Amino acid sequence: MGSKCTDCGALFVPPRQVCMHCSSSELEWQQMQGTGKLVAFSSITMAPPHMEKEGYGRDRPYCTGVIALQEGPRMVARIEGVDAMRPENIKPGITLRMCFLHQDSDDGKTGGLVFMPSDETEG
Amino acid sequence: MCPPGRVWKSSPNVMKRKRKLNRGVAMVGAGMSPFGMFPERDSKDLFADAFRQMLGSVDKGIDPNDIDALYIGNFTNDMFVHQSHWGAILSDALGLVPKPATRVEGACASSALAFREGVFAIASGFYDIVLVGGVEDMSKRTTSEVAEGLSLAATPYEQQAGFTFPGVFGAIATAYFDRYGKGRDDLMEVTIKSHSNAPLNPRAQFRSTIRDFMQRKQERARSKGEPIPDWSDEKEFLHDPRANPVVAWPMHVFDCCPISDGAACVLLVAEELANRFTDAALHVIGIGQASGRGLHAAEDLTSFEANRYAAHEAYEMAGLGPDEIQIAEVHDCFSIAEILHLEDLGFFKPGQGCDATREGATGLNGSKPINTSGGLKCKGHPVGATGLAQLYEIWEQLRQQAGERQVPIENLSIGAAHNLGGTGGTCTFTILERR
Repeated sequence: MGSKCTDCGALFVPPRQVCMHCSSSELEWQQMQGTGKLVAFSSITMAPPHMEKEGYGRDRPYCTGVIALQEGPRMVARIEGVDAMRPENIKPGITLRMCFLHQDSDDGKTGGLVFMPSDETEG
Repeated sequence: MCPPGRVWKSSPNVMKRKRKLNRGVAMVGAGMSPFGMFPERDSKDLFADAFRQMLGSVDKGIDPNDIDALYIGNFTNDMFVHQSHWGAILSDALGLVPKPATRVEGACASSALAFREGVFAIASGFYDIVLVGGVEDMSKRTTSEVAEGLSLAATPYEQQAGFTFPGVFGAIATAYFDRYGKGRDDLMEVTIKSHSNAPLNPRAQFRSTIRDFMQRKQERARSKGEPIPDWSDEKEFLHDPRANPVVAWPMHVFDCCPISDGAACVLLVAEELANRFTDAALHVIGIGQASGRGLHAAEDLTSFEANRYAAHEAYEMAGLGPDEIQIAEVHDCFSIAEILHLEDLGFFKPGQGCDATREGATGLNGSKPINTSGGLKCKGHPVGATGLAQLYEIWEQLRQQAGERQVPIENLSIGAAHNLGGTGGTCTFTILERR
């Protein structure tokens, strides 16, 4: 979910309470389609403690990146379904779709919202 | 497509008028402790070291009792040594109580912000003589704890997505590579350059060239009776994952600055008093600061908007452009960061930072020497001390005191320092002139 300024139409993900364009505070919820393109990424080998707890680290890197949503706004999220051991093969520009890795009931797990490569050619 | 918000361009309507100080401010002393990992030294000890050296650097002497106030930059001591309130603690440690001390925090740019507070305090006419310092004590924690502590300066979204600082700059590097067709080999030029300057800096944490590292690894293998590794040159060594493992692709160990302890401080005085202390003062002719947005909200990952705003503010104030900056220290927390700064500060055109580095323009004998100290990469990065340690290097260079690493520029008089906090959340640019 993001937010849309009802005055100027600007979209924000994550949602904001004040519009960065026109400073209006009249914003409403806006659902995004959940598709986009990879802009930048890193495959992280030296994991922070909360990712180490999930089993990531030197032998099991994970990928995280910046995604440009089809609607315009960008967001940061984990990237699943790519080979984090071979980051040289991952290229910015690939088409991604959003999915949920864990349900809310999976206590202690982060990265619920992730992006995965999509077969669609149209971005 | 919607842009992510107002984006500041070079003719900003958000900056209504040219900045100026109501009273000139000059730097008349500077000191810094050695940077490194010191299990036996704490913040007070390191800061006292920097303070002693600063006192010794004031050509005509200074009575510490004449100091009106202190501004201290520190970021992580609350977490890493479980002690906060470093302004008052250091004022006490130096015997300067009851002089007022204020701690300033701006992540890795903390002491550059302290410097600005000191400048403003004098420019306003309130104080005449101000000590500005920075200190950080980081090495008593594990790497993972330090990484977690530092990532408090990233945006919450980045942490949630599993980003670390090397991860953020790794992502920036992939965007840069994608846009300009560059790669790891190009960034290695930055690392090799920093490591060639560092052996000439007695206060640097890593005083070794990349060739020194190669030799040392070979000697170690020889003494253990293991097969002796062989690399044709520095880049082959840096491509070897055993010698240079990945941290956060494409950032490898030799792309990242180390964990460090250290302190630095400078003495600022009202310009009209400078002659009482030295005949070779450095005048504060430009200061700029800006705030930046998170990775997700940046329109262009190959440039920091806050860098450009801070630089513009400082250049406008100084009435100078990037070509007139003869030497600079920039915040090379990662190899890619130095390249972005070179371009954002206007030293080289966008996309040309790597080529300029490869051609030697930023080397000690180049047309625009950058990070003659060895930079954060080799000098070390005790985060809250870094901003002032950069100004310390400019102090040494502009006063022709940098010894073996003194740049051979004729009529050297203008130098600058660029400090960055978080993932570009705080950026500063400071221009100093020796008249």
